[in-house]
Amino acid sequence: MDITNYMIDLTLKPTTFDLWHVCLAGTAAILAVALIFTLMSLLICLVSRKDTTNKEPQIKIVEKMVQSEPVIKIVEKIVEVPVEKIVERIVEVEKIIQIPAPAPIILKEANADAALQLLYLLQNDARFIDFIKEDMNAYSDEDVGAVARVIHEGCNKVLDEHFTFISIAKENEGDKITLLEGFDAAKVRVTGNIVGNPPFTGTIIHKGWQITDVRLPSTVQGYNSNVIAPAEVEL
Amino acid sequence: MSFFDQMKKKAAEAGNTDELKEDHVAKAEVKVEIVAEVEKVQTFELKEMPLEVEAAPVIKSDSKIDNSIGKHFAVGIDLGTTHCVLSYADITDIEAEFSQQVMGIPQLTSPSIIEAKLQLPSFLYQAHESELPANSIVLPWSEKPDFIIGEIARSLGSKTPIRLVSSAKSWLCHAGIDCKSPILPADAPDEVERVSPFEATKAYLEHMSSAWLHLHPNAPLSEQDLVLTVPASFDPAARELTVEAARAVGLNHAILLEEPQAALYSWIEQTKGDWRKHAKMGDVILVIDVGGGTTDLSLIAVTAKDGILDLTRVAVGEHILLGGDNMDLALAYTVKAKIEKDGKRLEPWQVQALTHSCRDAKEKIFSSDVISVPLVVPNRGSSLIDGALRSELTRDEVNSVLVEGFLPKVSVSERPISRPRGGLQTKGLPYAQDAGITRHLAAFLAKQQNAVNDLDGIDLPEGATFLHPTAVLFNGGVFKAEALSLRVMDVLNDWLENENSPEARLLAGADLDLAVARGAAYYGFVRKGKGVRIKGGTAAAYYVGIESAMPAVPGMPPEVQALCIAPFGMEEGTQIELPYADFGLIIGEQVRFRFFSSTTRREDVVGTRLDYWQDDEISELNEIEVTLDQDGHRSGEVVSVHLGAAVTEVGTLELLAFSNKDNGKWKIEFDVRN
Repeated sequence: MDITNYMIDLTLKPTTFDLWHVCLAGTAAILAVALIFTLMSLLICLVSRKDTTNKEPQIKIVEKMVQSEPVIKIVEKIVEVPVEKIVERIVEVEKIIQIPAPAPIILKEANADAALQLLYLLQNDARFIDFIKEDMNAYSDEDVGAVARVIHEGCNKVLDEHFTFISIAKENEGDKITLLEGFDAAKVRVTGNIVGNPPFTGTIIHKGWQITDVRLPSTVQGYNSNVIAPAEVEL
Repeated sequence: MSFFDQMKKKAAEAGNTDELKEDHVAKAEVKVEIVAEVEKVQTFELKEMPLEVEAAPVIKSDSKIDNSIGKHFAVGIDLGTTHCVLSYADITDIEAEFSQQVMGIPQLTSPSIIEAKLQLPSFLYQAHESELPANSIVLPWSEKPDFIIGEIARSLGSKTPIRLVSSAKSWLCHAGIDCKSPILPADAPDEVERVSPFEATKAYLEHMSSAWLHLHPNAPLSEQDLVLTVPASFDPAARELTVEAARAVGLNHAILLEEPQAALYSWIEQTKGDWRKHAKMGDVILVIDVGGGTTDLSLIAVTAKDGILDLTRVAVGEHILLGGDNMDLALAYTVKAKIEKDGKRLEPWQVQALTHSCRDAKEKIFSSDVISVPLVVPNRGSSLIDGALRSELTRDEVNSVLVEGFLPKVSVSERPISRPRGGLQTKGLPYAQDAGITRHLAAFLAKQQNAVNDLDGIDLPEGATFLHPTAVLFNGGVFKAEALSLRVMDVLNDWLENENSPEARLLAGADLDLAVARGAAYYGFVRKGKGVRIKGGTAAAYYVGIESAMPAVPGMPPEVQALCIAPFGMEEGTQIELPYADFGLIIGEQVRFRFFSSTTRREDVVGTRLDYWQDDEISELNEIEVTLDQDGHRSGEVVSVHLGAAVTEVGTLELLAFSNKDNGKWKIEFDVRN
């Protein structure tokens, strides 16, 4: 058997043109269109991929910042001075993430220890927590009033011992007062009919409080400030 | 995971870190302020002491660390029965104006909480080992203090009195006990470790010395001009013990000053050089110092020499254990009786809380015109209204209990009532039996009637039955209540009027709580040659008891003669020897003498022998003892010695035995071992 008999001669042209040949031509055309579509979509895919690779370094930097976090923690523990450095790094991050705000808003987190300490003092010296947590509905006004005197006195002592208070407005409540332009809006809050420009004239409703000195006790390391009052057991 | 998901996650992480960052910045910012403080606080001790005192943002200005070098201070310590105060002034430039401040003394106020307070309560607490959280007893200068003292001791002890050491100072002057043996707390069960009154005093001094060093790292207290105050009525042994306690904690230069004198110094300082306008030649100033636990009386005369006014302390009173704490207790018991009339029984903690609220109520009544102040003792449990104890304290009660009870209007001839103590007397402090301070005052003034006889320009009217003071200076927080000081003035002026003397003036303007410490610091400055100095010397004459040579009578103790060894008014830095009385002392053997003092016998000179004296004239102190060491002698040898006395610059009395043969000299110790 001669093998050439079985080879396909691609140069051959159809000698007849029947329905089979029409079908064949149609299939070929569909395949070609499909191939072109596939290739095109691949190309689009590639292009879009290029875009994402451009962003890759950014992510890496962010990752770096994540890694550098423990370092900052150590700095904080030792309480050394390079606080400015930390701020610089923050600015870097801001730039890269491209937050539009020019000055970062840094929120100061309240120091829970100091708050707990104050509660401790109020409870220890004045039974403040006991009093506030008491179910007031169970007692007559007279009973509550009598105990309130003790609590009030104790709390006042604690406040005076650890803070120095002054009132912001030197005038009496009810007096007229004129606020000049540039008054300190943190210290004086205007309310009501606020129109026009300063100077404003109004009545002092509340003279305001300001603390000029804080004298909180120190605590020994390892002190559990969450314990406001230890349970007491008499032996 | 798609690219988009991954990106979202990364972004989220980035966001988180950012938040975290902010957190750090915020914290770091807070820290920065503190760092400044903490760094200052800790520079000198960081290495030694790993303990970190966290973040008290601002302590009182008077407890800031002063790192400056080459400064010199005059420091006064009021070593009180109930609390100690330290006042100091920078005298580096002695010509500069004298200005002093009271030091805030860092101390534990509860476990793990350290606060600077102007007063260090003189209490010591012997905690049970499992009572307090581990590592909660720490001070800025010590990781493991030897004792728990100060505010924390007082507050722990108020609930567990069996472990509380209090009034150590009163024990120091208590004849008949050994102040160096562990006896306090007196009522403690056996397992509580006891300390001696001496040790407790040492602990308070140690605390203040360390606190000072903490705040003045470059100016240790041992290098400053340090003055310690003691009651004028302290006997030589108690003074010696105080100085010894100071030496034991390295305060070798401490000198003593009597509290009433310190109060007067403080008054002089506060008049800013104007005191000569308020005091005049011929004045006799009566200083009435009623502290928390003791009443101390002194008389200081104003004389003139070459036109310059001089101050001489002419007399001091007896040691009276009666003070402001008695007053609060008296009020509490009045209210307690009122409540118990209704059949209720009060528990000990309620009485104690009542004492507290009575103190506040008393102050309110004295400082305003309210008729009564409600008293409430809330329940101990967390529900404080249920079972709260209610009563009230009225002005009438305060007047009758305090004014009439403690300062009764009596005639000057009355004397304190003393009844024989019950047979079952426990070994406690000899508290005054009569609470009438005015009666003690009458006794004192009558006893000291002749105190100013030797002074020029001070003459009592004909027929006077007591010494007439012309001015009064009050000291002690008790007299913040005007009603009380007015009553004393009333009573005194009645006495004076009856004997045709003008009324006594009130020397005003003293800081009643802090005057003693302030006066002590000022005294340090005065000793540098600045300002007037109160003279006086010893406030008593001292005698040794000698058995008189007579045949023994069975059943009778041998008669004792009192031989004056140190006369009244011996000045500091002087030494007197007693040449004509020789004793044969045996080497190596302990010899004991009976020891007496008199605050009235001013005329006795060294060597005066008394065969007979009146009971109120001479009082017996603890014995004194001497052991001649063998230095250059052989054991058993009899050495002929004579006695002598010296008043040291420090302000203590020293008794000596001098060898008649050579230069041998032995110190005679005050017996503190009983």
